[in-house]
Amino acid sequence: MIRGVLKVGLGSCGIAAGALEVYDYFLSDAVKKNLGNILSFGEQRITIGKTSCIGLCFAEPLVEFCTDDIKILYGRVDKIFAEKIVNGILSNTLPLENRILEDEEVKKYIGPQVKLALKNCGIIDPENIEDYIERKGYSALQKAVFEMSDREVIEVIKESGLRGRGGAGFLTGQKWEFLLQAAGEKKYLVCNADEGDPGAFMDRAILEGDPHSVIEGMAIAAKATGAQLGYIYCRAEYPLAIKRTVKAINDAREKNFLGKNILGTDFSFDIILKEGAGAFVCGEETALIMSIHDRRGMPNLRPPFPAEKGINDSPTNINNVETYANVSGIVANGAESFNKYKSGNSTGTKVFALAGKVKRVGLVEVPMGLTIREVVQEIGGGSSTKYPLKAVQIGGPAGGCIPEKLFDTPINYDSINATGAIMGSGGLIVMDTNSCMVDVARYFLQFTQNESCGKCTFCRIGTKRMFEILQRITEGKGDENDISLLEELSNHVRKTSLCGLGQLAPNPVLTTLKFFKGEYMAHVKEKKCPAGVCRALIKVLINPEQCTGCTACTKVCPVNAISGEKKKPHVIDAKLCTKCGICIQKCKFDAIYKN
Amino acid sequence: MGNCCNNADNSALQTEAEEIIAFTGKEKTISILQEVQKRKGYLPEALLCEIARLTGIAISDFYGVATFYSQFSFTPLGKYVVKLCNGTACFVSGADLLYETLCDFLKIKNNETTPDGLFTIETVACIGCCSLAPVVMIGDRLYGKQTPSGIRDLLQEIVTLESAGNSDGGKV
Ligand SMILES: Cc1cc2nc3c(=O)[nH]c(=O)nc-3n(C[C@H](O)[C@H](O)[C@H](O)COP(=O)(O)O)c2cc1C
Ligand code: FES
Repeated sequence: MIRGVLKVGLGSCGIAAGALEVYDYFLSDAVKKNLGNILSFGEQRITIGKTSCIGLCFAEPLVEFCTDDIKILYGRVDKIFAEKIVNGILSNTLPLENRILEDEEVKKYIGPQVKLALKNCGIIDPENIEDYIERKGYSALQKAVFEMSDREVIEVIKESGLRGRGGAGFLTGQKWEFLLQAAGEKKYLVCNADEGDPGAFMDRAILEGDPHSVIEGMAIAAKATGAQLGYIYCRAEYPLAIKRTVKAINDAREKNFLGKNILGTDFSFDIILKEGAGAFVCGEETALIMSIHDRRGMPNLRPPFPAEKGINDSPTNINNVETYANVSGIVANGAESFNKYKSGNSTGTKVFALAGKVKRVGLVEVPMGLTIREVVQEIGGGSSTKYPLKAVQIGGPAGGCIPEKLFDTPINYDSINATGAIMGSGGLIVMDTNSCMVDVARYFLQFTQNESCGKCTFCRIGTKRMFEILQRITEGKGDENDISLLEELSNHVRKTSLCGLGQLAPNPVLTTLKFFKGEYMAHVKEKKCPAGVCRALIKVLINPEQCTGCTACTKVCPVNAISGEKKKPHVIDAKLCTKCGICIQKCKFDAIYKN
Repeated sequence: MGNCCNNADNSALQTEAEEIIAFTGKEKTISILQEVQKRKGYLPEALLCEIARLTGIAISDFYGVATFYSQFSFTPLGKYVVKLCNGTACFVSGADLLYETLCDFLKIKNNETTPDGLFTIETVACIGCCSLAPVVMIGDRLYGKQTPSGIRDLLQEIVTLESAGNSDGGKV
């Protein structure tokens, strides 16, 4: 029978935007009875379905209606609009508004994207293995098991040029080869789903939206390397991803894609999900292994690398979620399907969590070689505020800020590294001229000094001192020596830390110093914050010429610092004012400003 | 952790400890702590001592692991845990204003609980919904694109519900 499906996007972000209410409404008895039984749209039966993050996070909640002939995506659906859709289906006149795929802006968002790792996200029901299989799921595993030798699998991954998507960008095929060659009976795989970078949600979206792609990637890796057991180490803050992944593992086991004698062969491999307990450093591979061993997640000196000595002291290969998600496509469609997207020494695509001050935020997957400008301007639609864009932060606490003048940098590992930032795992946060770069550096150092496990002295104390210096500068108490002190400390912390956390912690400071030194100077010399962020250095004032005395600001001021008669210019009591800036956002007449 | 290990004769405690171990397995320090945290909302010393006795895991090991990971707490949390995201996206979208509003309204700081046991403030780094920044989570529910006045209204609503004596703990 032909059928129509009404699908709701139920990723974490969709749910937060109210998608569950819409889904529940579609499932309510009245609607189900009507829709389930009507034969509208040329004899088609309508079923209610769900999928995960469709990637258009800026237009959540999303509802898709498709039959064999039509496919309509509705954005910003609330319950009232959901009713309209249902009535439209019943009466054969679907609402014309909110069809966002026809929207020119949305076309710009989708146009440059290429979906390889996210090929199923937002299309399939992640809790239904049949949906995955229908889209050729597990066919790559069958190919690897029945038609390819271990070597051939590793060769095709090598040829594809796939590099680790967890940050460092090491060649995946080579890592697998290390494991294959490692001596030892027992071998392990780990999928790193700790995703600790603040401002990153790619791995969450993949596990929530297409967990089987990760499982299949791991099973293929196991086949190629001889591993018998795998762990997916997922951060506890992602309950929905955990739930869906656990279900997917069980379903895959039931279908014999995991477990003993996979597909009737003598190849056996199983996966355990291990929940993290909240520690950023556990994303680092040796710390992660300690955590899997139920210990404090302290990193260890490498070598020995995990490929020699990992879980239970046996050879272990660790890859990121997105890395595994790319594997099945490469095995099924050949290395060329991946490396035809190429820029410098990077191939394929990269998923980014595009967020911050751009019009269209969401989960985007772009081919290597697209420029930062294209991602920010075309896909993201440029600044979402009235201020121009200033920089992007890429790579999280280990990364850096790339200024607007370098937005033509193509996205590939080498070009991004050349700026002093790193590709990282895919957090891409856009900032406008209202962001203070010294404050951003302070923010990241606060994060790293907090998350330092404390093992190395320079990482433990050096990052704390760096944070204190930055704090001092943002409070207007810094002097010029502080800047050279920051540079000196950065060098020491970088050189004397055992793991990547400390080695890369100075990056946010070094990149902002490199590209925005003037801003640091303004803070220490003139005691001014050009972006108007650092509160100790600014005043909030009302321009009496522009103030109409509408009193809107007095109502929102949390400390009652604004006074004045109605229809007469107001004034701010500088002694009470905390410079929170809420009044500035509220004022319709642009009468309040920072100085 | 003092000499807590003396009061292990409490049979209710033993039953609970046995249940937890049966669920998680004997060697899994982190899983055991996670299960205790999940059931109790914090890590009660007496229960941990009982589990230590039954599993042979040293109480100092529990303490060492529990202090390393941010998921664990040694004091009971409020009925409503207000998690304020301070990830990068939320940070550039004004999370600091929300934090001030929360502290101002509840008269407590980060990781503190109100004296009436109703609210705890926890700042966290990225909830993974950066597209909705700035984000606040109360109980299991996420509130995106928050403003100071929005947060104040939300908290006020909970306070009103609570004083009227009807609420469902975290699912406002
Ligand atoms: C402090 C620190 C945190 C890290 N966090 C993560 C993480 O959250 N997710 C991840 O995949 N890799 C993370 N990494 C990188 C891992 O150590 C490791 O390189 C990666 O998981 C390897 O997988 P890949 O080759 O597929 O990228 C982190 C590294 C460091 C030093
Ligand atoms: S930064 Fe707040 S949800 Fe990601």
